[in-house]
Amino acid sequence: MRSRAPRGLFAAAALSALLVLLPIAFTFWRAASFGIGEALDLIWRPLVGELLINTLLIAVATTLVCAMLGTAAAWFVERTHLPGRRAWAVLCAAPLAMPAFISSYAWVSLSENLQDFNGALLVLTCAYFPLVYLPVAAALRGMDPALEESARALGCNRWTSFVRVVLPQLRPALLGGMLLVALGVLSEFGAFTLLRFRTFTTQIYAEFRTGFDGGGASLLACLLIVICLAVLAFEFRVRGAARYERVDRGARRAVLRYELGAWRWIVVAGFALLALATLGVPLGMIGFWLTQPGAAAVTPADVSPELLWNATLSSLGFGLAAAALTTLLVVPLAFLLVRYPTRCATLFERSVFLAQGVPGLVIALAIVSLAVHMLQPLYQSATLLVVAYAILFMPVALVSVRAAFMQAQPRLEETARALGLNWPQTLVRVILPLAGPGLGASAAMVFISVVTELNATLLLSPLDTQTLATQIWADTSTMAFAAAAPYAALLTGISLLASGLLFALLGRSALPGERA
Amino acid sequence: MSELRIRGLRKSFDGHPVLHGIDLSVERGTLLALLGPSGSGKTTLLRLLCGFERADAGSVEIDGRRVAGDGLHVPSEQRRIGYVPQEGALFPHLSVADNIVFGLPRTQRRARHRVAELLELVGLPAHFGERAPQQLSGGQQQRVALARALAPAPTLVMLDEPFSSLDAALRVETRQAVASALAAAGATAVLVTHDQSEALSLGHEVAVLWNGRLIQTATPEALYRRPVTRELASFVGEAVLLPGVARQDRASCELGELALAAPLVPSGHGTIDVMLRPEQIRLLRAGEAARDGTAHDALVTEVIFQGQDASVALQLQSATRTMVRARVPGYLCPQPGERVRLTVEGEVTAYPRD
Repeated sequence: MRSRAPRGLFAAAALSALLVLLPIAFTFWRAASFGIGEALDLIWRPLVGELLINTLLIAVATTLVCAMLGTAAAWFVERTHLPGRRAWAVLCAAPLAMPAFISSYAWVSLSENLQDFNGALLVLTCAYFPLVYLPVAAALRGMDPALEESARALGCNRWTSFVRVVLPQLRPALLGGMLLVALGVLSEFGAFTLLRFRTFTTQIYAEFRTGFDGGGASLLACLLIVICLAVLAFEFRVRGAARYERVDRGARRAVLRYELGAWRWIVVAGFALLALATLGVPLGMIGFWLTQPGAAAVTPADVSPELLWNATLSSLGFGLAAAALTTLLVVPLAFLLVRYPTRCATLFERSVFLAQGVPGLVIALAIVSLAVHMLQPLYQSATLLVVAYAILFMPVALVSVRAAFMQAQPRLEETARALGLNWPQTLVRVILPLAGPGLGASAAMVFISVVTELNATLLLSPLDTQTLATQIWADTSTMAFAAAAPYAALLTGISLLASGLLFALLGRSALPGERA
Repeated sequence: MSELRIRGLRKSFDGHPVLHGIDLSVERGTLLALLGPSGSGKTTLLRLLCGFERADAGSVEIDGRRVAGDGLHVPSEQRRIGYVPQEGALFPHLSVADNIVFGLPRTQRRARHRVAELLELVGLPAHFGERAPQQLSGGQQQRVALARALAPAPTLVMLDEPFSSLDAALRVETRQAVASALAAAGATAVLVTHDQSEALSLGHEVAVLWNGRLIQTATPEALYRRPVTRELASFVGEAVLLPGVARQDRASCELGELALAAPLVPSGHGTIDVMLRPEQIRLLRAGEAARDGTAHDALVTEVIFQGQDASVALQLQSATRTMVRARVPGYLCPQPGERVRLTVEGEVTAYPRD
């Protein structure tokens, strides 16, 4: 028997879902305002063909390289006696805290020859491979070693047991990771601009800048949304309804680890090279430009300490405000999903997750148009920017807030009520202590995402306000590499620090276990 | 002829010796139960035989072919063994039939070679082949795991505590199905278990591993009647231990003169502990005379009634007031406080005292 959700809770959850649907619906509505002939003329251009090829090529190539790199790294860390594997595990996850537009700045300032397809592939692979590494490593850790042993006893060697048993088990994690990489590449904007690699996102931004509220941008945006949805549908189809849950119950043994023998130093060298490319070069180049006078770069420019201070403050301020608002907005929806999982609640959930499949630039653009047309006083206000952040990062927050409420089972709440606590006391003494770490993790994740966010900030930030991200973008797009360095150093520092905090909050679950 | 021959097998982990020189052989077509308390090293021994771990010293021969020893380590996949892990470990991404044919060559996999036959062998209906492993109960999963291990016709089947995760009722049923499937396949098998009733009921022979050493290898009956140590006696069943004196093939204790199953080694006499099983103590009915004439008076102090039988604590009325436990049929269960007469039947075992 399931009771009905309180009306207020339901309404609050519906509000979050509507907030996300609004800009997406608006984009399609704008595009639909074109006549069919006009729209076809805009779409059937050689330029659009070139963009389509560029976008699809880079998305497919990055996804495949990330899949191979991430799986190989995860296998070596989790399944072999790799020297220093704890350290490599951290170094493989850390690039997540390094935004792609900062590493592209570092690489481009190292060599301008990287401004082509290969450069884009290099930078994006470095930025996105942890999205495959993390889920695959977790899946490898969770796999029952008896499966591999059974395969060995049934006549499979190392390689065939990997292909016939391990790989099929990794499928959901691998496909999920690849989906995130593909969507990330499709929405990437800052890195492509700096790398002079033209894709849908860079063109949408260019059309927006030249034509301002023109329809061309929203037509291209619609095309991009369709590509993203096609990727989602493809993943859903490939993953299919196959079953992967562990069949057995009960205690798990420590995993098998293979000896690498003489190979181990080659593998270590590979990991060192990976760490050098993902973290070493960006951090090194930022460090290098920090020591250079402003005149040393292609475009000379100097840094004013006052601007640096203000940019830092506004980045932190936006980050904190958005973290609070986003977490607040998903709490009713998460609670509804956990306690009253009706079909309607699932519909709300799906709408929120839609925001993950739609590029941030597209959502930001829609919010700009919405503001210009209907909410003029809000346009380029700090409030609207924070709301935009909330719309963009609600999927991120929803995942961990929902997991947090799962911890606070109704049984526990009922026990507390039976022991004489009223509802507010139960909330304070039972639910919040249980769900607190999850809420904190959600806020921290939103904070990191906001501080390193570029698209929406660029389009929606108030005219007189600069954040660290917009300042880096302004300086690097004019090749003022030395001027960008202090901002990049601060942004990377904040991001790494907050990620470290998040790690501490979530515990060691993200790293290889103590037993081994 | 021996299917499995182990000589001087040793293994330590991080400097802690786990197995100290194991010697063991298993005859073709028989089932050896490897019994030991948890932490005795029995799973390590099994993993060495399967090739999942490398032995430090000693040798292993399977079907006359050396697979480990003197630096040689044949990988698991070339040992021609069948392995049934603790919880079945069926591949969750494959159907039951695909699980069963997993170890066969590609053409036979395509043809679903012998699936129906193997399902029948382990006592499952043929249509189970299309099911997903998640749709099976724990006991059914174990049976499929056995079918999967038997499919490539291995020379030796290893079972690692295959019934420990099943509940009591399912355990007995699955145990019988597995035993008859192994017998029907004519397989040579090694079953690792910490459950003495499982070892005694399934094993043609039982080898006991204690702190990394094989302390006794015997038929189930010999192991139960004449365990080599007091601790083992209590491990393989309930034991009544009484101080006494041995003289050749007789032992005298609070329960009188009793026949020894084997004379005391080395001297044949000395102070000993007498070990007998609770079911060897029989309560006499009113007016019934003991077969060899010695009956003892006792007071019933506690009764644990278990249905088919009952465990009765008895206080002997002789001078020392010794307590013994007897196992009596349930329908003859006495009441606490009742005075009874008892007699001992069968032979007893002696352990020298130091």
